[in-house]
Amino acid sequence: MAERYEIRFSGAGGQGLITAGIILAEAASIIEGRHAVQSQSYGPEARGGASKSEVIIGEDPIDYPKATIVDACLAMTQEAADKYAVGIKPGGLLLVDTDFVKNPPKGDYTIYDIPIMRTAKLEVGREIVANVIALGAMIALTDVVKRESGLQAVLAKVPEAFIELNKKAYNLGFEKVKELMAG
Amino acid sequence: MAKKVALLQGNSACALGAIYAGCKFFGGYPITPSTEVAEVMSEELPKVGGKFIQMEDEIGAMASVIGASLAGSKSLTATSGPGVSLKQELIGYACIAEVPCVIINVMRGGPSTGMPTGPGQSDVMQARWGTHGDHAAIAVCPESCQEIFTETVRAFNLAEKYRMPVQVLYDEIVGHMRERIVFPEPGELEIIDRAAPTCSPEEYKPYDAKSDTDVPPLAVFGSEYRFHVTGLNKAADGFPTTKANLVAFEERRQIAKVECPEARADIESNEEYLTEDAEVVIFAYGSSARSARYAVNKMRAEGIKAGLFRPITIWPFPEKRVAELGKQVNSMVVVEMNLGQMIFEVERIVKNDCKLAGVFRVDGDPINPGEIMAKVKEVL
Amino acid sequence: MAYDYEKSIRPGKLPHIWCPGCGHGIVMKGLIRAMDTCGLEKNNTAIVSGIGCASRLPGYMDFNTLHTAHGRAAAFATGIKMVKPEMTVICCGGDGDGTAIGGNHFIHACRRNIDMTYVIMNNYIYGMTGGQFSPCTPTGMKASTTPYGNPDPIFDISKLAIGAGATFVARTTSFHATQIDKLIAEGIKHKGMSVIEVLDDCPTSYGRRNKFRSVVDMMKRLKEVAVPVAAAAKMTDEQLEGKVLTGVLFKEERAEYTDQYAKLIARVQGA
Repeated sequence: MAERYEIRFSGAGGQGLITAGIILAEAASIIEGRHAVQSQSYGPEARGGASKSEVIIGEDPIDYPKATIVDACLAMTQEAADKYAVGIKPGGLLLVDTDFVKNPPKGDYTIYDIPIMRTAKLEVGREIVANVIALGAMIALTDVVKRESGLQAVLAKVPEAFIELNKKAYNLGFEKVKELMAG
Repeated sequence: MAKKVALLQGNSACALGAIYAGCKFFGGYPITPSTEVAEVMSEELPKVGGKFIQMEDEIGAMASVIGASLAGSKSLTATSGPGVSLKQELIGYACIAEVPCVIINVMRGGPSTGMPTGPGQSDVMQARWGTHGDHAAIAVCPESCQEIFTETVRAFNLAEKYRMPVQVLYDEIVGHMRERIVFPEPGELEIIDRAAPTCSPEEYKPYDAKSDTDVPPLAVFGSEYRFHVTGLNKAADGFPTTKANLVAFEERRQIAKVECPEARADIESNEEYLTEDAEVVIFAYGSSARSARYAVNKMRAEGIKAGLFRPITIWPFPEKRVAELGKQVNSMVVVEMNLGQMIFEVERIVKNDCKLAGVFRVDGDPINPGEIMAKVKEVL
Repeated sequence: MAYDYEKSIRPGKLPHIWCPGCGHGIVMKGLIRAMDTCGLEKNNTAIVSGIGCASRLPGYMDFNTLHTAHGRAAAFATGIKMVKPEMTVICCGGDGDGTAIGGNHFIHACRRNIDMTYVIMNNYIYGMTGGQFSPCTPTGMKASTTPYGNPDPIFDISKLAIGAGATFVARTTSFHATQIDKLIAEGIKHKGMSVIEVLDDCPTSYGRRNKFRSVVDMMKRLKEVAVPVAAAAKMTDEQLEGKVLTGVLFKEERAEYTDQYAKLIARVQGA
């Protein structure tokens, strides 16, 4: 792995993508004991419209704390894709929501699509877990942290009553990627 | 037992550092990007029997902090941009009345409302000279969430030891980003409490200096030591005076207590990275130093003998070490998120001993390593 | 036997800075008697002021005393009271200090109903800087910055305090010397924010410009304009024109701020 791995989560405000970034950073830095920095859009930028959360993960302390050129990017909406699916590393990847990003920006990277919101609604019954499905899918695609670390970080964040729900959502992210690769 | 760790925002780390230091009072006013410090303090202080108050304005917040400190509580406020400007008069009050307190300045762009959610480092000179009149200043400038925790603790220690306001400056980037914090165990970091008077209450004088660099002990309102505090120039007994020799002695002592060699050595804290053989040294502080360290590593890989000098204490300015480096290196490059402030301090010290250049940025984006490398290659 | 003021005054700190005929000394003596009546312990009492002639009062008093910055007395005092709710905290200062530059702190201290007693000496002028108009200078009157007469309307300090939420508000004048200590004492005993407005006179900066021939004239005016609230109840609007109500103007029991915060701490720590 390179000295630093950069991931950007983007979507509509309120979709829980900042939380997804925080969970990934916790998986890397608290559970795996590596180094991570999480940052996010603030202020007017963070309200309504598109919002983003970035995580940089490395084996050594992270010096420059902002994304330089991201290895992987998630875009849950077309607006987020247009605004934030930029500066993706050649050979990197972009994951979009099948139903909400009809025109993913093209570039020297692989584009994957998964119906994330639809999966949350139909297979879990709760749209609120879309961010956890997305997180699972991003970890499955990037391998940036161990599957188990990501799950542990998710479960540490949620109340007892929602553990099963989130476990299901996280695993669905992995299954959808598996289907994608098989398909 | 493993130490407690958590992924925390810089602002949260600051609040928890304050609690670790024994802070029992926070007086604040909401302002971006420092507000999370107040939010966490409002949650944490009652747990330890401390008091949180959201005051009616920035000035009131600073006033409440000084009052609380005189009543014996380690006291904190946090603010940004315009809020720091509004607090200046009372920061001066805390200087002349010698009241320990800590002021957090989460730096954003300016002047005026500027860029509330964008980072900046343009308050570094304000931290030195913002309040009117001659005075000393202590300011520290952490670069990471962990360092915000430890420097907040150190700021309280310095405030208590030197009996004065201490400012902690970090920019919006470090204030809002999240990193792992390893919490020190209780007792692991040194905690300093202000010296209490040892004389009898009848003999007590709040400014009774034993030397021209002394920090006299501060009694507490509500104890048996009754005393008077004023923002006027005063004599050793705390009462106003216009006697020239007394005014001059006090003004000079209040600066010398921080700037005498012993105090400087105690307060100064720097990080040096690959400076031993450096031909070019990057002078950077706060989050800009992270970009600089990244750039140094890249340039070393290219065979350029670059190093980083990072003042953690920015005031008093690390004059001695910067002068030594100025004689050693071919060039110094000052990197700051403003249009050139600390570079003038560096220039004052290194004079013509080496080449000097700056990398400045004020557009809300951090200075990236590429800009630094380009400048270094230009001056070398 | 004459009342012993000396026991409350710091040795060697008199004479005070106030001009002959100034009402502040009368207020200070009233305050001393009131604090004595309430049996306040010196060590457990703080007197906090802002900037201005009236704000020099704490320096003479043998208590914990804090002469702060212009307008900030209530905010400094709030910090003290929060940390040491067991202390008696008294603020004092002038009308410009308390209601212009310090107006925001004043009204919010009232709103919180924090247990302090604020003695505000209203002499309708900035005396220390040489007689500029304040928010309390009557319309039409002269000050060094209103050479053509004051165009501004005034603040009624007591009404302001009541409107802002103070739970004990009283007013008197420096002519009514014995009423000063009674009202301050009642304010100190009251749990919550107490405001005692004392109209007093600045012969040097206000009287001189506004054609008062002597301090006695100014005192006579205070005597004439003051109407006790009980008497005012029986008077018509015409009769009350130009008069100032004195006595306890407002009093109610309401939750006190530091008590409420102590309950909050107990709730958090109990949880």
